[in-house]
Amino acid sequence: MAVSTPARPREQGTRGFRAPVGETVREKFTQFVLLLGTLVAIAVLAILLIDIALDGVGGLSLDFLTNYTSRFPERTGIREGITGTLSLMVLVALMTFPLGVGAALYLEEFAPRNRWTRLLETNINNLAGVPSIVYGLLGLSVFVFFLGFGRSLITGALTLTALVLPVVIVASREALRAVPREIRDGGLALGATPLQVAARQTLPAAIPSIMTGMILSLSRAIGETAPILVAGAAFSRRADNEPWNLTEGYTAIPIQIFDFVKRPQQEFQVEVASAAIIVLMVLLLIMNSAAIVIRNRYSRNR
Amino acid sequence: MDQRTSTESQLTSSPLRLDAASASSPRKSAAEGPSWSKDSGTAQSDANASRQEDVVFDVRDLSVHYGSAPALVDVSMTIRRREITAFIGPSGCGKSTFLRCFNRTNDLIPSAKVTGRIDYHEQDLYAKEVDAVEVRRRIGMVFQKPNPFPKSIYDNLTFGPKVNRMKVDYDEVVETSLRRAALWDEVKGKLQQNAYSLSGGQQQRLCIARALTVDPEVILMDEPCSALDPIATSRIEDLMRELQKDFTIVIVTHNMQQAARVSDRTAFFTAEVESETDDRRFGRLVEVAETSKIFSNPDDKRTEDYVSGRFG
Repeated sequence: MAVSTPARPREQGTRGFRAPVGETVREKFTQFVLLLGTLVAIAVLAILLIDIALDGVGGLSLDFLTNYTSRFPERTGIREGITGTLSLMVLVALMTFPLGVGAALYLEEFAPRNRWTRLLETNINNLAGVPSIVYGLLGLSVFVFFLGFGRSLITGALTLTALVLPVVIVASREALRAVPREIRDGGLALGATPLQVAARQTLPAAIPSIMTGMILSLSRAIGETAPILVAGAAFSRRADNEPWNLTEGYTAIPIQIFDFVKRPQQEFQVEVASAAIIVLMVLLLIMNSAAIVIRNRYSRNR
Repeated sequence: MDQRTSTESQLTSSPLRLDAASASSPRKSAAEGPSWSKDSGTAQSDANASRQEDVVFDVRDLSVHYGSAPALVDVSMTIRRREITAFIGPSGCGKSTFLRCFNRTNDLIPSAKVTGRIDYHEQDLYAKEVDAVEVRRRIGMVFQKPNPFPKSIYDNLTFGPKVNRMKVDYDEVVETSLRRAALWDEVKGKLQQNAYSLSGGQQQRLCIARALTVDPEVILMDEPCSALDPIATSRIEDLMRELQKDFTIVIVTHNMQQAARVSDRTAFFTAEVESETDDRRFGRLVEVAETSKIFSNPDDKRTEDYVSGRFG
């Protein structure tokens, strides 16, 4: 918006440097509205947390973490959910990082700028906005049936990888793009090949942001219920199955929460479900803190 | 890049690609010239033998286009060994574009098209078999804005030798290059510190030191002082005079006093308007001569107007 400064007649003086009437009011009012928006968001979050904490804290105990699911609320636990979520997390990270960062590096550093790469980019950006249940259907039809992986841990991990991959690619590309052009020029001017520059300068400089995007995507993945529910996660796991067995059935904390909430007993619906939610949120909190720690450590060492 | 129009190879060119062993060998003595240009046939007929020895770059009818827009048209000149050659001229005259042709940095811009010919020691730089990466190792570059890597000072200086697989003692390379760039005394105690902790002038000298680590023959400088204060600028200028003993330097500068102070020869470029209906501008070389002549007694009226401050 072009702002023109009207020439004020000199004789008008300074008027004690007072702001024009109305300007101060408008200023204050706008700030108040913005503050209100912030407060509403925080209030909703706070109410949610307090409510869950009040409901769930009674159900938390060491037994709750180490017991398998049971028909009886006082004996039930989420052991298989925790191990399943951790296994999913590791598997998704292992698959997403090389694929996502590799795709971002290619698109950002090497791909020719033409119609096809633009088409590719548009598709990736759109994929990042596809509802997660669609990925569940993809998992069901491709991994469960077509590839015959069945309703197994690897199916869940692949489905979640497909879900977060576009987001990781987009975030990694942003991170690479934020690395100044001059750093690449400097590397190339020393006789480094484009690959050497990408691997030794551009990527390391972008790693803190990439890791942040990566971990935040992972938190999203382990909080997802719909896709892995559709792609065949179970509500419980037989106690004699190893939690890291790729080809066996599995469950995860959000799936268990879903299971608890739809059980008939009041104790399950409120206390047990809330306790499980607390565990899930603590897990997410740990991951997000890890993201911050990693980012800070990398930035210091740079 | 094989878009040359004129002067098709009357010379049979040898590739500029070197193996790891010879890449790590010490720099050739001055008179010898690079071994890979030995078999590149006879020199241009119009140049006598002794002058040819001193010519590092021989540019003939060079033009650069970005897409369909010309950026620089029909430049012919030579760059001589261990001289400082300055390119001056108003904005948009293509002097930076020209500089970027010498180490094939323009290749990195997809729309850029270079026609004509640049010979580096009689080797056509734009011949099909020439590896641009190898060219850039021989012909270093320092940029307008100091651009150290976001790493330690030490790592900044070992990157070049590492990627070129030079078999050298890194500690030694770091110390030698820092000493040559007149930075050693200021940073010797803090080599592991991040290069970003240095001042702008120090960063730029670090970038010069970094260019020296791969032992280039030529250093291209694209307005190296434009982001620096006068004191830092004067240190860089002193440094250039010092480096001139071992290196050939080409510098683009907006600052005419700087060209007058540091350079041996000066090339003046001007920006011309394409036509009355098309105001896209492109650069043209007006005059190249000894710096003293350019600044006191230039042949061309436009040069005189420019150096006397009447335009630009």
